[in-house]
Amino acid sequence: MKPAPFAYRDPDTVDEVLALLAEHGDDAKLLAGGQSLGPMLNMRVVSPAVVVDLNRVKALAGRGGSASGGFVIGALVRQADLEDDPAFAAAQPLAAAALPFIAHRPIRNRGTVAGSLVHADPAAEWGGVVLALDARIEVRQAGGASPRTVAAEDFFTGILETAVEPDELLAEIRLPPWPEDARWGFREFARRRGDFALAGVACRFEVDGAGGGRSVRIGLFGVGDTAVRARRAEAVLEGETPGPEVFAAAAAAVQDEVEPLDDGHASAGYRRHLAGVLVEDALADAWARNGGDEGEAA
Amino acid sequence: MIGRSVRRLEDPRRLRGEGVYVDDVHLSGMLHATVVRSPHAHARLREIDAAAARAAPGVAAVFTAGDLMDALRPIPIRLVPDDRLLRYLQHPLAIDRVRYVGEPVALVVARSRAAAEDAAERVEVGFEPLPAATDAGSPPPAALFDYTPDNVASLIEEGFGDPDAAFARAHRIVRLTFRTGRHTAVPMETRGLVAAPDRGAAHGRGRLTIWGPTKVTHFNRGVLAAMLGWPEHRIRLVEPEVGGGFGARGEFYPEDFLVPCAALRLGRPVKWIEDRVEHLSAINHSREQCYELALALDPDGRFLGLRAEMTNDMGAYLRTHGTVVPGLSAGMLPGPYEMEAYRCRVRCVLTNKTPTGTYRAPGRFECNAARERLIDRAARVTGIDPVELRMRNLIRPERMPFARGTTILGEEVEYDSGDYPHALAEAASLSGFPSRVRGEAGDGEAPDGKAPDGKAPGGKEAGGRPAARYRSGWGLACFVEKTGTGPFEGARACLDRSGALVIATGAADLGQGLETCLAQIAGDALGVDHVGIIVRHGDTDLIPHGVGSFASRGTVMAGNAVHAAVSQLRTRLLERAAARLETEVSDLVIEADGVVRGAGGGSCTLADLAAEPGLETVHYFRCERMAYSHGVAVARVRVDTATGLVVPERIWLLYDVGRVVNPGLVAGQIEGGIAQGLGGALLEELRYDDAGQFLSGSFMDYLLPGTTDVPSIVHRDLGGSPSPRNPLGVKGAGEVGIAGIGGAIANAVADALGDAEGDSDRLPLTSERVWARARAMEAAGSPGSPRAPGAPAAGAGAAAPA
Ligand SMILES: Cc1cc2nc3c(=O)[nH]c(=O)nc-3n(C[C@H](O)[C@H](O)[C@H](O)COP(=O)(O)OP(=O)(O)OC[C@H]3O[C@@H](n4cnc5c(N)ncnc54)[C@H](O)[C@@H]3O)c2cc1C
Repeated sequence: MKPAPFAYRDPDTVDEVLALLAEHGDDAKLLAGGQSLGPMLNMRVVSPAVVVDLNRVKALAGRGGSASGGFVIGALVRQADLEDDPAFAAAQPLAAAALPFIAHRPIRNRGTVAGSLVHADPAAEWGGVVLALDARIEVRQAGGASPRTVAAEDFFTGILETAVEPDELLAEIRLPPWPEDARWGFREFARRRGDFALAGVACRFEVDGAGGGRSVRIGLFGVGDTAVRARRAEAVLEGETPGPEVFAAAAAAVQDEVEPLDDGHASAGYRRHLAGVLVEDALADAWARNGGDEGEAA
Repeated sequence: MIGRSVRRLEDPRRLRGEGVYVDDVHLSGMLHATVVRSPHAHARLREIDAAAARAAPGVAAVFTAGDLMDALRPIPIRLVPDDRLLRYLQHPLAIDRVRYVGEPVALVVARSRAAAEDAAERVEVGFEPLPAATDAGSPPPAALFDYTPDNVASLIEEGFGDPDAAFARAHRIVRLTFRTGRHTAVPMETRGLVAAPDRGAAHGRGRLTIWGPTKVTHFNRGVLAAMLGWPEHRIRLVEPEVGGGFGARGEFYPEDFLVPCAALRLGRPVKWIEDRVEHLSAINHSREQCYELALALDPDGRFLGLRAEMTNDMGAYLRTHGTVVPGLSAGMLPGPYEMEAYRCRVRCVLTNKTPTGTYRAPGRFECNAARERLIDRAARVTGIDPVELRMRNLIRPERMPFARGTTILGEEVEYDSGDYPHALAEAASLSGFPSRVRGEAGDGEAPDGKAPDGKAPGGKEAGGRPAARYRSGWGLACFVEKTGTGPFEGARACLDRSGALVIATGAADLGQGLETCLAQIAGDALGVDHVGIIVRHGDTDLIPHGVGSFASRGTVMAGNAVHAAVSQLRTRLLERAAARLETEVSDLVIEADGVVRGAGGGSCTLADLAAEPGLETVHYFRCERMAYSHGVAVARVRVDTATGLVVPERIWLLYDVGRVVNPGLVAGQIEGGIAQGLGGALLEELRYDDAGQFLSGSFMDYLLPGTTDVPSIVHRDLGGSPSPRNPLGVKGAGEVGIAGIGGAIANAVADALGDAEGDSDRLPLTSERVWARARAMEAAGSPGSPRAPGAPAAGAGAAAPA
């Protein structure tokens, strides 16, 4: 379990990073927290000619509230930085709730949000979270081309594949402002705490003046090639009065629409079933979180 | 001294990072090896082209079977050798055929491990794939050895009494199919070796020293000597600190020949450290068994007879344990119960998977689980409470010593002592085990159908009536453990010139606290504090004969050897002191600080007495019969029927391991064993696909229990039955923790979800399996619904002889 030989570069600026990517393209791999890249190198699943270490690029380490009320996460922000940040928990309760489910603390100490997104494990929590939040992802490229912004729903293109090209850098993740009275739920199922989930869901919705669900977002992970939005289940709740029957109907819709994979960890049928159970539970959590029906009055 | 939970003497150096493990051994000029392994489950081996690898930067040599042909000998069976099994042994390198993923085909030696791995990628091996046999239970698509078309390496028959008569008289017959999954021990530290030849060793002069072997160093020295054609005295095996063994680590594996052989041929030290990926397919697997059981009962629920057909998946070769594991299952399946007749037939089947060997409570984790599930099913079918049913059948203490009528490790099984009914009664009362007379309330339903945290009401409707999503279940398992396997272990005792007591033994320390335990026994025998006593072990130069550490034998065998050697030393030393102080031996006392005082007021120190040579003794303790520990494991679980997750909420373990030397060390063994048992019961499984590809090559695939997976554990030493078979009265404790956990958990899950004859049980109870079972129970009717006492479930072959 030793990596194949590679050259190591540790630039200081984003421009240098982009120049190295332009030079080496496919032959280069960016190193952020190394929690996915490290094992892949050691197992020789990847053998890049050049490893470009991002860790000295201070400009990528920023995080905080944006002018528009959203939250910006730089490419070098560690999962643990967010976990320990009360401002993040206040600003983004759904994303904050997902953090403790990601691996174990020592991995979160190094692992970055950007690294998780680009690695694009279908079972990574952040996949479901960015979909549920309508996050936008800023990607940069050498040659002065202006940064492009990718919507979360266009980001994941396949197993371990994203809209980020080999010569591109994911610069930051932008989470939109959290609507004051949005309700949210986060559920996942793993056989052991800290493992990649067999299935999971991040969801949120608001309640309109007539008491119906609005802006429903259900982001699923672990139940297909990529994280996906459960659009049919979202439609079930949209405009309907939240409650156990609707949640059960949404769960049934999810079980209908997902296309999970059969693998060594779980069969497709089991994952499909779990997706429904988790969606139903997560919606119920969301509803209960603001006091259910009474929540409206409060 | 004996009986106190003193702190472990070996901990400070380990906690400070001062322990020397094999990877800490660095020698000048040392090279590094990596093993090229088969990616195929079954293939003919054609030409190997190692030219590119040999030309790679930093490479010292590449060894293939062709290069070592004159030296390749099969690795012999250590325990219970049997000439009929010789044709299934493994060679250190595959010769013309590979038979499992991970089988060594070449060894690359280079200036660093990384350079060796780079070169290993360039070794071109011509494989011609063959169909693979992966299921021991079905007709094989391929024969592993042409001379054995059915892949059955051996048949084992075991039993006593007349089962036909017993089953003919049966009032009721209860059947069960039960499987245990493929597990492995996964010590924290992987295997590793450093072999260093003296100058001239390759030319028949000087010696070869090897660091890293453990467990059975003397035996392994003999194997290597025979393979090399060397006298044993030219080989020295040194056991460094060891990060766990659990039966798997320390046996003679292919690398135990390849690494020393490479060092000799190159005339330089060679290091090989197993990485975790290769570890999971290279180290012995264990546990994969399938039982077909039938139990004949009389109208009072007394066991008349037990029949078993068992299949043991042996993997691709027979390794050092031969067929010991299935033999232990067959010999121990009747457990702590009386029965008139027993018959067990075992098929030992070769498959294209990693070869198997022992893993903590080998053969017993499995057979205890199968038997205890069968008894719970019998309780359900007969309507007798499971505790009561066991009580009616447990061997009573007045029957001790009890001749079981079976044989294990070539020895007739005879339980030495123990009060089994008392252990069960204590277990039931300590745990508050609920009555499970069918038809009574409290049948496996959590009081409010909710998780204890009150969250997540599932509220699923099943068949129009609300079924609780979270269900609780209770299970227990009674077991007997064989311990203290012979034939002997030795100890040398001497006083060094400073007056310190120095002990040397052939037993090994795998992390269990052997040094502390033996120091306590030695201190007790001499009458001094254990702290200053030095215990040396794990070096074949220390003592000419040694057997090692396995089968819960360290305290029994080495402990009694130490006790005897030190007692003899004490006699000599007191004689010397009596002469010196001009008094009688009977007037002397040795004080804890090592001062010998006479009644008349004279005194001398142990150092004074040790100034003249001669204070040395050696004793080899022999034991003809093993000592048998026993216990009861109880589990309470909560099952989420919606996801299939089984959460063990509490484990109780009551045990009797005879006289206890150090309760703290025993507690460590019990708790660690329970944790490993939970892994095997709920999480761990080495899986292969139908083509024999190995699917569990990392810790993302092979799930070990972590701290959050181990619930609160209550354990209690029942004491009460010292072994009459050794002077210290001790029994082994190393495997007692794990032995009953599979059965307790399997029973608890069946209690929670309901049980019906016909469905099959298996470990591990993964969430997906449990979910599928919960669904099946739901489809069949209300889950776990109380059944009228005595009413057999659908499909039960009541009173039909097997
Ligand atoms: C034992 C274990 C358990 C785990 N369990 C979970 C889990 O339960 N859930 C979960 O979500 N994750 C889990 N992980 C994965 C972990 O969270 C990810 O490793 C981490 O999120 C990836 O971030 P990183 O900074 O370590 O990325 P790295 O490993 O450094 O990089 C990952 C990939 O992203 C690329 N990359 C990194 N940064 C950028 C960038 N800014 N622009 C473009 N490409 C980039 C790299 O080139 C590489 O291909 C687990 C990991 C381990 C080791």
